[in-house]
Amino acid sequence: MSILEVRDLTVTFPGGIEAVRGVSYEVERGEVLGIVGESGSGKSVTSLAVMGLLPQNAVVSGSVKLHGRELLGMKEDELVKVRGKAISMIFQDPLSAFTPVYTIGDQIAEAVRVHQKMAKDKAAKRAVELLDLVGIPNPNLRAKAFPHEFSGGMRQRAMIAMAIANDPDLLICDEPTTALDVTIQAQVLEVLKTAQRETGAGIVMITHDLGVIAGMADRVLVMYAGRPVEQGPVDDIYYRPRMPYTMGLLASIPRVDGEEGPLVPIEGNPPSPASLPPGCPFAPRCPMKVDMCDDEEPPLTPFGGGRHVACIRAHEIEHKGLTGADVFPVPVIPPSDVVRVPRTERATVLELDGMKKHYPLMKGAIFKRRVGTVFAVDGISFDIAEGETLALVGESGCGKTTTLQQIMQLEPPQDGRVVVLGKDSAKLDKTARKALRGDLQIVFQDPMAALDPRMPVGDIIAEPLRAHGRKDVAAKVAELLRLVGLAPEHAERYPQQFSGGQRQRIGIARALALEPKLLVLDEPVSALDVSIQAGVINLLEELKNRLGLSYLFVAHDLAVVRHLADRVAVMYLGRIAEIGAVANVYDRPAHPYTQALLSAIPLPDPEMERTRKRILLEGDLPSPADPPSGCRFRTRCPKFARLSEAERRRCVDEEPSVARLANVVDHGAACHYAEEIEVITASDNQEEE
Amino acid sequence: MRSKVVFRRLLRNKQARYGFIALLLLVALAYVGPYFGAYDWQEKDFMAFMSAPDADHWWGTTSIGQDMYAVTLRGMQKSIIIGLLVAVISTGVAAIVGAFAGYFGGWVDKVLMWGVDLLLVLPSFLIIAIISPKLRDGTWWWFVVLLAAFSWMITSRVVRSMTLSLREREYVLAAVYMGIPRWKIILRHIVPNLASLLIIDATLNVSGAIIGEAALSFFGFGIQPPDVSLGTLIAEGSRNATGYPWLFAFPAGLLVALVLSVNLIGDGLRDALDPGSNS
Amino acid sequence: MGKYLLRRLAINVILVAIAASLAYMLAATTMNPRAAYEGRQPPVPEATIDATLDAYNLNDKTPVLTRYATWAKGVVTGDFGKTWNGGSVNQEMGRRVMVSLRLLLIGTLLGFALGVALGAFSAVKQYKLSDRLIGVTSFVIMAIPVFVLATLLAIATYNLNRGLGFTLIEYTGEYNPQLSGWDQFVNRLNHLILPTISLSLGSIAFYSRIQRNMMLDVLGQDFVRTAMAKGLRRRKALTKHALRTALIPSATYFAFAFGTMFTGATFTEKIFNWHGMGAWLVDSINQNDVNSVAAVTFFAAVCVLAAAFLSDLLVAALDPRVRVS
Repeated sequence: MSILEVRDLTVTFPGGIEAVRGVSYEVERGEVLGIVGESGSGKSVTSLAVMGLLPQNAVVSGSVKLHGRELLGMKEDELVKVRGKAISMIFQDPLSAFTPVYTIGDQIAEAVRVHQKMAKDKAAKRAVELLDLVGIPNPNLRAKAFPHEFSGGMRQRAMIAMAIANDPDLLICDEPTTALDVTIQAQVLEVLKTAQRETGAGIVMITHDLGVIAGMADRVLVMYAGRPVEQGPVDDIYYRPRMPYTMGLLASIPRVDGEEGPLVPIEGNPPSPASLPPGCPFAPRCPMKVDMCDDEEPPLTPFGGGRHVACIRAHEIEHKGLTGADVFPVPVIPPSDVVRVPRTERATVLELDGMKKHYPLMKGAIFKRRVGTVFAVDGISFDIAEGETLALVGESGCGKTTTLQQIMQLEPPQDGRVVVLGKDSAKLDKTARKALRGDLQIVFQDPMAALDPRMPVGDIIAEPLRAHGRKDVAAKVAELLRLVGLAPEHAERYPQQFSGGQRQRIGIARALALEPKLLVLDEPVSALDVSIQAGVINLLEELKNRLGLSYLFVAHDLAVVRHLADRVAVMYLGRIAEIGAVANVYDRPAHPYTQALLSAIPLPDPEMERTRKRILLEGDLPSPADPPSGCRFRTRCPKFARLSEAERRRCVDEEPSVARLANVVDHGAACHYAEEIEVITASDNQEEE
Repeated sequence: MRSKVVFRRLLRNKQARYGFIALLLLVALAYVGPYFGAYDWQEKDFMAFMSAPDADHWWGTTSIGQDMYAVTLRGMQKSIIIGLLVAVISTGVAAIVGAFAGYFGGWVDKVLMWGVDLLLVLPSFLIIAIISPKLRDGTWWWFVVLLAAFSWMITSRVVRSMTLSLREREYVLAAVYMGIPRWKIILRHIVPNLASLLIIDATLNVSGAIIGEAALSFFGFGIQPPDVSLGTLIAEGSRNATGYPWLFAFPAGLLVALVLSVNLIGDGLRDALDPGSNS
Repeated sequence: MGKYLLRRLAINVILVAIAASLAYMLAATTMNPRAAYEGRQPPVPEATIDATLDAYNLNDKTPVLTRYATWAKGVVTGDFGKTWNGGSVNQEMGRRVMVSLRLLLIGTLLGFALGVALGAFSAVKQYKLSDRLIGVTSFVIMAIPVFVLATLLAIATYNLNRGLGFTLIEYTGEYNPQLSGWDQFVNRLNHLILPTISLSLGSIAFYSRIQRNMMLDVLGQDFVRTAMAKGLRRRKALTKHALRTALIPSATYFAFAFGTMFTGATFTEKIFNWHGMGAWLVDSINQNDVNSVAAVTFFAAVCVLAAAFLSDLLVAALDPRVRVS
């Protein structure tokens, strides 16, 4: 029998907004059900409804049965015995999910004591055991720490420890790794798998990341506009999707193994739950739409082999064996003229030479004092040639944002040089700096925060034009809006009236207003949904080729980087670990950190994910205020662990600098024992062969 | 566009609506009411000292035979004017000091915030009370200046901390990277985004100033006779409140009504301008 | 931690010194103690007046900086000088400090404790009748200035006592000097009732609104949801997790609210005929008593800074994030 059985679950919020419109699924013991969907698809609301944790003004109907017992409409007295005991939940943001004023140990012990009659000291001991189980070093000590003293990954581990404290039958994980860096994500997913083994629980895994699902789930449920549109075994969903939305989603994600052509974007935006289209909610964005689609919403119908699809043309898709690339229009991106010239003969648009940026480290909110120095960027060098995209990648805290700010400020750096278009930032006067700003522009990560909410879009785009005294502003604004795929009429509206993808396009239009030569892109697509992401990535690629731009692209998503960049620089703790042409770095990474990073990225490919070999890193990023001596990566380096004592000496004493690898033109790594290996597609099977 | 949305939201807000209606009525009473009364506020009726409300003297008379209705409305006019002036001046000062301290940081910030701290150490009531005897013979304008000078500190701190966070917003950074001068950024991006805070604050400062005026006048540190304000009338009335309640009830009741209606509007404005807050 | 508290304390001492000095200068330049002697009948010779004023360090013919130096020297050794008519400021202050502190302390603690409790209760009962009632009441109370509130209370008590035919609640003075022992203690308590109510009602209303809003802010946050996901009841999650966290911002308001409290105490003392520091301030301003005014200011500054310091300590105790470990 299933542990959990959800039937026709609907959730309505005040104002008649139907966030969830008829969701049904069941979870077996030891099974992982993945629920995929973009923001606003109702996937999180569904799980909160199951837990009975929605705000009191939400109306829930349908049926949720746990071991055959109905949970909806249950009295609080009964419900509190189920929550945290039979069903546990893991939330997305582990910082806000812990009460800031109690220690982690106390909060886990509290979870134990709610459901088990246990003395305080015994519960505290149990909390320490649980922390140990999820792989937290020094659990005795760490149990007495407060949530803000834990790193993100550690907090999520503690969250898992709390969720499995009472040996639940079902674990609901709501985007458990979205807030984490990839290497930490790999660790946490591993812990989740351990937790499942320990408890034998069923898992409902909610995420927007198709890679994570591919590696974890047995079955997958795809949600769109509050309803499931496709459901089935994981392999069927990934290899044989039968609903155009699923097909488009799979075709729109960039892959770190580079197994894709141009990305296929899904046009338009998901409908707002307040105004759904009359028939199939996906119809307005669907390239296979026929008139019948508008008549009524297709129900989720069985398709054989445990599959369910909600599309009237599903059988036709099956019959013709269509894929996303067949159905969705593949964009044509004009090639660039610049790249025909060899790189060495092209002009250099940006050059960094040994640049440093150190901050004083302050502590305390009320009693402030300096306790040290943060070595945010500690001597990095790279250059970008005309028409080229260099990606700066690394996990949070590696110094990539600081690097970018230092470049944008056009002020003299603390040490080293920043040369933009041949002009040294240390030697600029006021007028020269302002003139240079026209050639160097930026696109920000968060499209909402980057646009002044009190200005109409036209004024936002016109602002740089007016600041630099350009004429004919209105015509230029219209032209820019067209350039980024918006209409000139949009100039009248305010940023709040646009969707995330459109807002990002406005940000790009503003950055292009002064016809810059170098564009700095600060995580330009990481805040966007996958189906929207593809369109923006394609736009960036097209603009680069058409206008002959150069990009400095800062990102943490290595799959996007592979798709967009020509060269890549991997940063770790304020230094460059590896740099080179994308093909070289991705296919034959030489630095152990790059290798771990690449192997940690999940692929949207269940078969590969199942056999893939992961290089798991130990522990967290050391504090940038107190970097290890010698090689900064050695404390977590899997290679260092395998070296002999004599070989290790060199890593401890001598800081490696980026050295060009033999026999390749554009590839260098900062490792004393650099060795190129292939990691993305490496599987356990291969090793055995 | 936005102002229309805010206005619509404000009208939909019940408290703000009641507040507006009440305030309009009160202001109308203060400025139009005197035309309907039979007596001028300076007139003395020697036939009626401390007489209870009747058909002739609607709200009774004072100890020197003034018509309470006329005197109270005159006092209310003064209170309203003082409240408005003080609020506008002090919010303006707070905005300028806070925005400069927050945006420029460094020593500008340090000096300004030290000044604010120092002013916060001494209750403003105390300082104004100490200075006021000197100004006894001056006009009431001095009193407005004094009240405004000592009521901007807390707001300026809030403005400063908001400026600090606005300064790091990406759209402000974007403007910096476009090469737009700093004063223009403050005017174009920072102050408009502080507008809701300032509007709310100015409104609440009106009621604060009305109370402040009344409080100082209560001890004779504010408006000086023969001029009257709600504060002087309440002081007068409270001395005889048990025997001659009308002397106290009318000015006190109107003061509370005035403050309450302004507070209602301020609270409603906060809901309308800042939908995220729970206030 | 200790070092930072010490530094903080040192800054506060400097602030008090500057504040008191400023107040002295202000009082010494604006006030005219001579007036009290000049208007006398029969007229006092100017030389005599000068001599008297010189003895009290109040002579406006002496440069203000010289007077300040004399005053400051005295204050450093613990002598606040002479009142306008030659009494000892120290003695007067000794009589009055406890009177005011009693009112201020009880008012502040009661205001904070009851206000926070009411606010939390209101938040838990959001949109229920009791919440609305508390909300409307506190809104109205916040619109009533202390001097109106105190007068209203006095009138109500007067009528109540008259109706009853005996004095149930005392509405003027601190105690009845004819009583002694236990009776006097009870009598003192009785005299405390009205001033305490009028002083704390405003801050109860203020804190209850703040606490309610903070609670509601916190209520929507993830950790309250987590607490419920663990299996805690809503009420328990609210009181144990939401209330505790929402106390932190309320504690920071402590510092700001004390200045208002001091002003409120001035009115309460005056209206209920208590001989405290606030009443003294009003009297000494009317009597052009420079040294007394400076002493009251000094007291007020010490109180405000002590409150700010306490509020910092409270926040540090409540919030592990601001502690420097």
